[in-house]
Amino acid sequence: MAGPVQSIERAAAILRLLAGGSRRMGLGEVASSLGLAKGTAHGILRTLQHVDFVEQDPATGKYQLGAALLHLGTSYLDVNELRSRSINWADALAARSGEAVRLGTPLEGRVLVIHHVFRPDDTLQTLDVGALLPLHASSLGKVLLAFGTTPLDAMLEAAPEAYTRHTLVHPEELNRALAEIRDLGWGAEVQEMSMGEAGIAAPIRGQGGLVVGAIGVSGAVERICDTKGRPQPALITVLREAARAISRDLGAARW
Amino acid sequence: MVERYVMSIDQGTTSTRCILFDHSGRLVSVAQREHQQYFPRPGWVEHDAVEIWRNLQRVVPEALSNAGVEAGQISAMGIANQRETTVLWDPRTGAPLGRAIVWQDTRTAPLVEELRKQPGDEFFLEHCCLPPSTYFSAPRIRWLFDHVDGLEQRARDGEVLFGTVESWLIWNLTGGTDGGLHITDVTNASRTMLMDIRTLTWDDALMDFFGVPRSMLPEIRSSAERYGEARSLLPGVPITAALGDQQAALFGQTCFSPGEAKCTYGTGSFLVMNTGTDLVRSQHGLLTTVAYKIADQPTVYALEGPMAVTGSLVQWFRDRLGLIHSAPEIETLARTVEDNGGCYIVPAFSGLFAPHWRSDARGVIVGLTSYITKGHLARAVLEATGWQTREVVDAMNADSALALKQLKVDGGMTSDHLLMQILADVLDVPVVRPLVHETVSLGAAYAAGLAVGYWPDLQVLRRNWHMAAQWLPDMDAGRREWEYASWKRAVERSLGWIQPTKRP
Repeated sequence: MAGPVQSIERAAAILRLLAGGSRRMGLGEVASSLGLAKGTAHGILRTLQHVDFVEQDPATGKYQLGAALLHLGTSYLDVNELRSRSINWADALAARSGEAVRLGTPLEGRVLVIHHVFRPDDTLQTLDVGALLPLHASSLGKVLLAFGTTPLDAMLEAAPEAYTRHTLVHPEELNRALAEIRDLGWGAEVQEMSMGEAGIAAPIRGQGGLVVGAIGVSGAVERICDTKGRPQPALITVLREAARAISRDLGAARW
Repeated sequence: MVERYVMSIDQGTTSTRCILFDHSGRLVSVAQREHQQYFPRPGWVEHDAVEIWRNLQRVVPEALSNAGVEAGQISAMGIANQRETTVLWDPRTGAPLGRAIVWQDTRTAPLVEELRKQPGDEFFLEHCCLPPSTYFSAPRIRWLFDHVDGLEQRARDGEVLFGTVESWLIWNLTGGTDGGLHITDVTNASRTMLMDIRTLTWDDALMDFFGVPRSMLPEIRSSAERYGEARSLLPGVPITAALGDQQAALFGQTCFSPGEAKCTYGTGSFLVMNTGTDLVRSQHGLLTTVAYKIADQPTVYALEGPMAVTGSLVQWFRDRLGLIHSAPEIETLARTVEDNGGCYIVPAFSGLFAPHWRSDARGVIVGLTSYITKGHLARAVLEATGWQTREVVDAMNADSALALKQLKVDGGMTSDHLLMQILADVLDVPVVRPLVHETVSLGAAYAAGLAVGYWPDLQVLRRNWHMAAQWLPDMDAGRREWEYASWKRAVERSLGWIQPTKRP
C-alpha cells in the first residue's frame, strides 16, 4: 500500500494554519511557519486557490480560507450557473436528438430539474424546471446515485416507491444497476417511472471529476429504445458528447 | 453528395465570430476572436478596424477546419455587424484614418445637444426618422472633420471612404485597394442619420447639413442580394447579405410578419417589432428603422426600443457591489425572497434610453426600509429589466395598431428563468425562447442563403424555428398594475438629477 501523499499533507497543514490565524497571511509567512520552500508553498496555495479553498486578497496578495470551505457539505456549483453554462450544449443536444432535454441536481432525496429544453417539434409542452423527480426511477436520478452525488442509503431506507412493474425497488437490483452505470458512464430508465416513457442520462463533471449534475434526453420508449428495448446507440453518443462538452467547460480535465 | 453550408459573420462589439449553418438552420461550427476595446478618454470607445479585419481572416479558416469543410462547400456568406460604428479609410492605401468610433462613444454629446436646439429634432425626424443622438454615425463624421486637420478637405477631394463595419469588411473581402466594393445595406444605412428611410437614398439636406460629401458614402444596397464574390479569404464565394445585428436577430427569430417582435437581452437590450411595409413614425419615443429588404421586394420596416442598462445592471451588482460571484447567481439570490419587498431600482446609469430619452436621469434605488435584504435588491435588479421592457412594449402598442401577442427572446440573459417569468408576468403575454440561441448569426445566414436559393423562401425558414422554452403569464392583474404604477413613480424620481452645468 502506498504511503501518505506528501503534497496533500502539506495542503492540509496550510489549511489548518490559515484556519488558526485570525488574519490573512503572506506567502513568506506561510512558508516559514511550516518550514517549506517558498516555491513549494506557492504551488500548493495556487492549487488550493484554484479549487476555491483559499482566497488571495488582490490588493495585498495575502491568503485566507476560501468561501468554498464553509459550504463543503453542500453543492458548490450554483444551479443557475450550471444552467447558464449548459444552455448552448443542451440546445444542441435537443436539436441533434430531436428529444426533450433535462438537467438535474440532487435536492433533499429527489432530483431537482434545473433546466429543460422542449422536444423541438413545436407541440405544446410545459416547462418543468423546478419539478422534482424520484432518484431511483429517473435516468437523471440513477446517474446522480451511481456517481455518489447523492447518498444511496438514505433513499433505500425510505422504501422506494414502485411506479410501474419495471421500477427498481430492491436494494440488490438497484445496486447492480448503479454499478453498471458506473462502468458504462451513462444510465437508462426504461418504463420505470411511467409506461411508454424512457430516458437516458450522463454525468456532468466539475473540477477534479466530481459529478455535479446529470443531463438526459427522454421521450416515448419507441423513439429512445430499439426494438429490443435497449437505448439507441446514436442517442447515447450525442448525449455523452454533450455531457463531456459541458464538463470540459466546467473545468473537468480528461472529460 | 457533398453537404453545403452558409457562412455567417457576426462582427460584434466585443468579438468577431464565424458560424456555419446547415439546411435545417443548425449550427455546425463556430470560431471566435475578441478584439481590443480602446477607452482613450471618459466616454470614448474605439476599435482598430485593421485588427477586426485580421480577426476575420483568422476565424473564417478556423470555422471551416473545425467542421472539416472546404471553401467550395460554402454556398454564400452573410454579415451581421455592430451598428453605427464609424470607420473612415483611405481607398488608395486601404489604411483606416484613425480608430473606428464605436456606437457607445459619447464624444459627440455637446454637438448633439446643439442639434436638438438648432435646427431641432423635427428637422432630423422629417428626413431620417431619427432624433439626434450620440448613438448614430453622422455626428461622428462631423466631429472627425472638426477635429482632424485636413480630413474634411481630403474627403471633398475623394480621398476618404466612410462605412460602418460591414462596408469596411466587404470592401476588404472584395479586393480592397484593387477595386473593392464600397457598399452598405439599408438597415445599416438607416442608422447613419444620412439616409431618407422612405426612398432608401442618401438625403441631400442631411449630407449638406453635416457637410458629408456623397463621394465618401457607400452605395446603398438591399440586405439580401448578390453583392459580389469574395476575392480574398474565400475566393469565389458570393457575399449575399448584410444586416445590422439587431435586425439580423429579428430575421433569425423569423419575425417576418407585422406585429412579430423579438428582444435580445444582453449588456443592453433591444426590442424590435416588425411593422411590415408601413413606415410607422413613433410618437412614443421609439426609433423607426429598416427591418430588412430582400432583393427588389418591398422594404420592411420596424420599430425599435433600445434599453441601455439591463445585463450590465447584473454585472454592476456582481462587480461593484460584490453581492454575487457570477451573473447567474442573481437568480439564486433573488429566489431567496418572495417579492421585491417594495424596493425598485431604476438603472439610469447614463440617462434613460427608450422610451424616455432623458440624459438628465441617473440611477435610483427607492423604497428602502430596514426590511430590505440583498435578496430583495437582486429581485429589483431583475424586475428593472422586466419593467423597462414593459415600457417599450407599451410604446410599441401605442405607436402601431399591432398589439404584441408573444415576445420572442434571445441573448445571454434568457438562461435566467426567473427573469423570463417576470417578463411574461409584467407583459402579460407568453415569452418564448428559440432552440438556436445564436439568432444574430442565424439571421445573417438566412438572408445570405435566401439570396442564392439555398433556402427557397421565408416559409421554409419559419419551419426551422423551434421553441426551446415558453413562460406563461402568472400574475394577478391587480398586482401587475400596482407594481407598474410603483415602477413609474420610481422612474419619476430618477429624472432631472443632472443639472445643467453653470459656467462661471
